[in-house]
Amino acid sequence: MAWTDICAFEDLVENSGICALLNGQQVAVFLLELQGEPLVYAIGNYDPLGQANVLSRGIVGSIGEQIVVASPLYKQHFDLTTGQCLEQPEVVIPVYGVKLQQGRVWLNAVKQDQQASAA
Amino acid sequence: MQQTKQILVIGNGMVGHHFIDQLRAKDPLAQITVLCGEAQLAYDRVHLSGYFSGTSAEQLALTTEQAYQAANIQYRLNCWVEQINREQQLVVTSQGGQFYYDELVLATGSYAFVPPIPGNDQPHCLVYRTLQDLDAIAKSAAVSKVGVVIGGGLLGLEAANALKQLGLQTHVVEFAPQLMAVQLDQNGGQMLSQKITQLGVQVHTGKATQAIVAGAECRYQLQFADGESLETDLVLFSAGIRPYDQLARSCGLAVGDRGGIVVNDQCQTSDPHIYAIGECALWQQKIFGLVAPGYQMARVVVSQLTGGGQKFSGADMSTKLKLLGVEVGSIGDAHARTPGALSYVFTDPRAQVYKKMVVSSDGKRLLGAVLVGDTSNYDSLLQYALNDMLLPKQPEQLILPAASGAPLAALTLPNSATICSCHNVAKGDIVAAMDSGCCDLASIKSCTKASTGCGGCTALLKSVVDDELKSRGVEVKNHLCEHFAYSRQELLHLVQVGGIKTFAELLSRHGQGLGCDICKPTVASILASSWNDYVLKKPHVGLQDTNDTFLANMQKDGSYSVVPRIAGGEITAEKLLVIGQVALDFNLYTKITGGQRIDLFGARLEQLPAIWQRLVDAGFETGHAYGKSLRTVKSCVGSTWCRYGVQDSVGQAIAIENRYKGLRAPHKIKMAVSGCTRECAEAQSKDIGIIATENGWNLYVCGNGGMRPRHADLFATDLDTETLIRYIDRILMLYIRTADRLQRTSVWMEKLDGGLDYLRKVIIDDELGIGAELENQMAALVNTYACEWKATLENPQALKRFRQFVNSPDADEHIVFVEERAQIRPATAEEKRQWQQQIPITQLSTSELPVKALAEEN
Repeated sequence: MAWTDICAFEDLVENSGICALLNGQQVAVFLLELQGEPLVYAIGNYDPLGQANVLSRGIVGSIGEQIVVASPLYKQHFDLTTGQCLEQPEVVIPVYGVKLQQGRVWLNAVKQDQQASAA
Repeated sequence: MQQTKQILVIGNGMVGHHFIDQLRAKDPLAQITVLCGEAQLAYDRVHLSGYFSGTSAEQLALTTEQAYQAANIQYRLNCWVEQINREQQLVVTSQGGQFYYDELVLATGSYAFVPPIPGNDQPHCLVYRTLQDLDAIAKSAAVSKVGVVIGGGLLGLEAANALKQLGLQTHVVEFAPQLMAVQLDQNGGQMLSQKITQLGVQVHTGKATQAIVAGAECRYQLQFADGESLETDLVLFSAGIRPYDQLARSCGLAVGDRGGIVVNDQCQTSDPHIYAIGECALWQQKIFGLVAPGYQMARVVVSQLTGGGQKFSGADMSTKLKLLGVEVGSIGDAHARTPGALSYVFTDPRAQVYKKMVVSSDGKRLLGAVLVGDTSNYDSLLQYALNDMLLPKQPEQLILPAASGAPLAALTLPNSATICSCHNVAKGDIVAAMDSGCCDLASIKSCTKASTGCGGCTALLKSVVDDELKSRGVEVKNHLCEHFAYSRQELLHLVQVGGIKTFAELLSRHGQGLGCDICKPTVASILASSWNDYVLKKPHVGLQDTNDTFLANMQKDGSYSVVPRIAGGEITAEKLLVIGQVALDFNLYTKITGGQRIDLFGARLEQLPAIWQRLVDAGFETGHAYGKSLRTVKSCVGSTWCRYGVQDSVGQAIAIENRYKGLRAPHKIKMAVSGCTRECAEAQSKDIGIIATENGWNLYVCGNGGMRPRHADLFATDLDTETLIRYIDRILMLYIRTADRLQRTSVWMEKLDGGLDYLRKVIIDDELGIGAELENQMAALVNTYACEWKATLENPQALKRFRQFVNSPDADEHIVFVEERAQIRPATAEEKRQWQQQIPITQLSTSELPVKALAEEN
């Protein structure tokens, strides 16, 4: 379980996404804010339905209780915590572990149980 | 069912076609053959004058040859019948063709009656009946200035409308002392004359034309019995119709003294194997010159041929239409001829509205009505008359202005009430359709055919459906999404009234959850058109669709296209070279767009700032191709160069494009300016269309091309530039204020209560008193315009987002191009797979995209 230092927390864009390269894989990293608490999520950047690396450029939000990103290509929603597509539940994309440490954002190819918060 | 019966139909007008359509629906196996005298299959004769205001022959068509072929209906075009041999049950055509029949249906219709006036057979003396006639009229109008319609009935006024649309000085000459003497009473006829005269059509009533001779100023002169005369270049006869009954006569069928093929209640002629329907048929000494009774006859014959027992029992001749833009309605006993009948009359001389209601002597039943200038009460009144419903205690309320806003509650109608008389759809049929699962207007229309004929019942159908939905407890909601229980219009109001500047503030005060890809861009647009902040300002960043975020249009492979603004489509050679050089340097695919500018495809995210730096340095601005905002103002070359142009359309287009560039709206907006009526800029298919006239500019609104084309409505004529801009300012601002999310102006107009007339009242007459406010809002937006690309290039924080990876300068290796027709295009999945097998991905350097490798391989 190797953590990789990706970028500074300031490099994240509030209520939006950026893309990072982790061992050759494209990862979309999103920063949301819930009741003043920053929440960071990381999923694969590749949209298997639109077949392009675009998810970091989607709009984030919520559908019911689920925190999601909408693909900018054909607008399917992906759950940021499970990687599951809401419209086509058989489609699941990778989810990555995130931690915030000393103002830096770290990614792990293996998802942690606990979602990262500002630590 | 007798499956092999040969059914032969002579005539393919609206009624003949309806018969075929209904018979095929009832009996899929019947052998149907139709002999059609005209060069094309059935078309909509009711809306014929639309042919001169942009409706094409294809749009008027009620069917196509493919559809007939698919339904296994044999047809012959340009086929005139010479003779009917009743003994052999055989029809012979003028080309010598022979067609046997088991049952023959005559749907030969009628022809225009030309009064026996000396000189009526000269070249520019025409009739108004068929598409062929219209072509002849257009040809004649092209070399004429003045046109006269002889006949001031319903068809005559339609014909006058056609002449007016062709740009002729138009006159209507009527023998009777008033217009539309059949449908209107004297006062109604007078009001109609007055209104039509104001619209520029001169009305001459009580005139008997005695001769058409050579004119002094014009081609011809009409000489009237009273000694007066009228000069004209073109004469159009519309003095009534006569049934086409020659065939019936020559084969010995019974015909009426004044023409018409005699039929019984089964629509059978004196030969039991021959039926007659529509305007050629005479039932109880009556000819029915409207389409709805013809359709009823068609259905009666279908019923007879398929073992049913339907009979024809006469038809309601009530009618509602718009003649030359004037609303006219007539119901039942319009002349109050019923013994003891009482009339209520309401006249508004200022608005020029005339309404009369004829009620029974006890005041309990409605017998008839006349409406001129305002037919908003027509649907309610017709329902009272047709269903013999008990009138309210004070029946005058039905035509008084206070009542006009409260149409008859659809819920109170009995199920037997006819809603659509063209297709004979009762309220019960609509309720049944809803029971079987149709719950929106479109599906109810396609299932019941209601409102697909003349369209006169559209509003009534909608209220029946809405009321029925409400009574079933279905709430008709217009909420934006799960995060906001408001419509777009309501949200805009909340933002402006509350001075709300950010999405977070709006969400915390009026919403719930985190927002989504529906409400975020919508609110971003509302905020932009309310306060015009830089769209990439920090609180707005996450609200934008990717196209707005990166100020470019994402393509299928995740690359972007770039469109600099080329206002009015005018560009210098120097700027063309810049675009060409940028495209070469960044290896972009170039294509000319429909909006007269150039689209550069294949830019990767991280290339966008460098591309735009070059463009901005050369004086280009963003083209907003990515935004729900003004796209282009297309123009023709105009009076500067063109032999025909009457105004500088390019100059006007550039000024307008520069005025409204960057304006955020519920959806994209397209405009065009044409320099003359030839309309080379296709302005009538745009949200805002402007066509130059000798005296200024004609303004067209709410047109659309694309998926659902809509011809723009002529909003105002001969405007000077200042007034033109004022009207456009107000219209656009009102659209931004009131439209739903992703609603183009065309749909907005169709949903707008009161439609075009209402829009005119708000914009031109400023009835709501918001004109100045709308103009001020627009002025504020125009004054705060800034090019978003220029602002972005000056903002290091914003520029940080234009990189593929936060932690690497690499490019997205998944974006791969191949060469086609000497330019790049995205590689297909198969091409990428093949290519990956040959060269490992890790060896890819971003500057050497595998364009050549693949091109050679293929």
